[in-house]
Amino acid sequence: MNRITTCTFAASAFVFIAPAVAQSPAPKVDPAVVEAFVAATWKSTTGDWRARVDQDETQKACTASNNEPTGALFDQIRDRESAAVVFPADGKVLGDWKKGAQVAQRGTGGQFSDQANTYRGGNCYACHQMSKAEVSFGTLGPSLNGYGKLHRFDAAEARKTYAKIYNSMSVLPCSQMPRFGHAKFLSEEQIKDVVAYLYDPESPVNK
Amino acid sequence: MRIRTSAIAALTAACAVLGVGLLAGGHAQGQQPEQDLSEKEIERYRAMISDPMSNPGFLNVDRGEQLWSLKRGAKNVSLETCDLGVGPGKLEGAYAKLPRYFADAGKVMDLEQRLLFCMTTLQELDTKDVIARRFSGPGRVSDMEDLVGFIANKSSGMKIEPQVSHPKEQEMLSVGEAMFYRRSAVMDFSCATCHAAEGKRIRLQGLPDFSKPGKAAQETMGSWPTYRVSQSQMRTMQHRLWDCYRQMRMPAPDYASDGLTALTVFMMKQAQGGEITVPSIKR
Repeated sequence: MNRITTCTFAASAFVFIAPAVAQSPAPKVDPAVVEAFVAATWKSTTGDWRARVDQDETQKACTASNNEPTGALFDQIRDRESAAVVFPADGKVLGDWKKGAQVAQRGTGGQFSDQANTYRGGNCYACHQMSKAEVSFGTLGPSLNGYGKLHRFDAAEARKTYAKIYNSMSVLPCSQMPRFGHAKFLSEEQIKDVVAYLYDPESPVNK
Repeated sequence: MRIRTSAIAALTAACAVLGVGLLAGGHAQGQQPEQDLSEKEIERYRAMISDPMSNPGFLNVDRGEQLWSLKRGAKNVSLETCDLGVGPGKLEGAYAKLPRYFADAGKVMDLEQRLLFCMTTLQELDTKDVIARRFSGPGRVSDMEDLVGFIANKSSGMKIEPQVSHPKEQEMLSVGEAMFYRRSAVMDFSCATCHAAEGKRIRLQGLPDFSKPGKAAQETMGSWPTYRVSQSQMRTMQHRLWDCYRQMRMPAPDYASDGLTALTVFMMKQAQGGEITVPSIKR
């Protein structure tokens, strides 16, 4: 019985680490050919928008490693992204949780159909459960309900969470979560407000 | 035609009623039942709008039929001799085998690229206006959406047969797969961020998994083009991909560009054998 259980665990562990492209239906292709297609697909794109098409070093590395960097590459990405995290000058990472609730709810901004001044939301609920009162939440990310309580409302933990939201890859290289601060998508104040939404004992996230 | 028009009126009314029902239902209950109830209501809504007799997308199919035989361009001829891959003017089953390689163009094309090619070469039509109206909107009909609706409908009931034997088709499959996993822009997203796992959702919207062949890919690719109730328009896969890139915070991809065709080849491959039922109707 024990052996069967162990086998099952080993098998399921293998399934979890198997790369997502294991079932690739296509032959290998030269990355330069892919980039030529990409360039042709956004041929009309000019100005500031053009930069979004090109990959930075980290995006390239994550794409090439199928988001599973190992060894030196893992360390390289983590170190590069960690060095790019900018903490608030006064060291305070907790903002206003009520404003953080708005940042977490709103998913507007940054789309080509938006105005340059359209409010940019964090859209946390698109992927995460947070407050139990909100039933419309996505499941791409883990549930964050009770997050602050789970981390004992600890100040050092809250600082780590600020870093995670500012640049998810400083914590987990090739994380699927956006690097909100690094990409200048959310402001320092917005990130602080979201950290407060996660950590304030009064926040519905911890109720 | 008359039947369809009255059916649309009924559909509009039903949607309005259901919309109120969804809102009211969402707040009347406690924690867990509330979610179950909204999911049930969404399911009921989906079942209701998928009635083909009340699908306004068939109005596009009718318009597309007229456009197919409409003489225009410098040569004042129709599109009726256009070869969509299964022979000049042959429509039955053509969409089920697109995109595919066309020797006369020397490249792999999806239906929209092929139609633009035929307009340019057969009709000598200046496609500038057609491309400007590629996506319909209030007061703007789209010839492309109408033609795709008409032609795709001629493959309804057939199975998806991806064409991947020609070296150029092989290359498109590989490029499409690579683009599917390519991360970029301010959110670091790729298509795979949302579409490479089973049973995931954004908010309450379910996400089809395209990382492996099977039911999710088959049901998705077999149901485009579709009439989008939320947009009150017929939409093609070109529009779906354009909208995905919008949500990914990427710039707008060029209409009928080769990268979008490559992605479509990849998705059709994952959807191999799926049944085509189009135009469908979706949220």
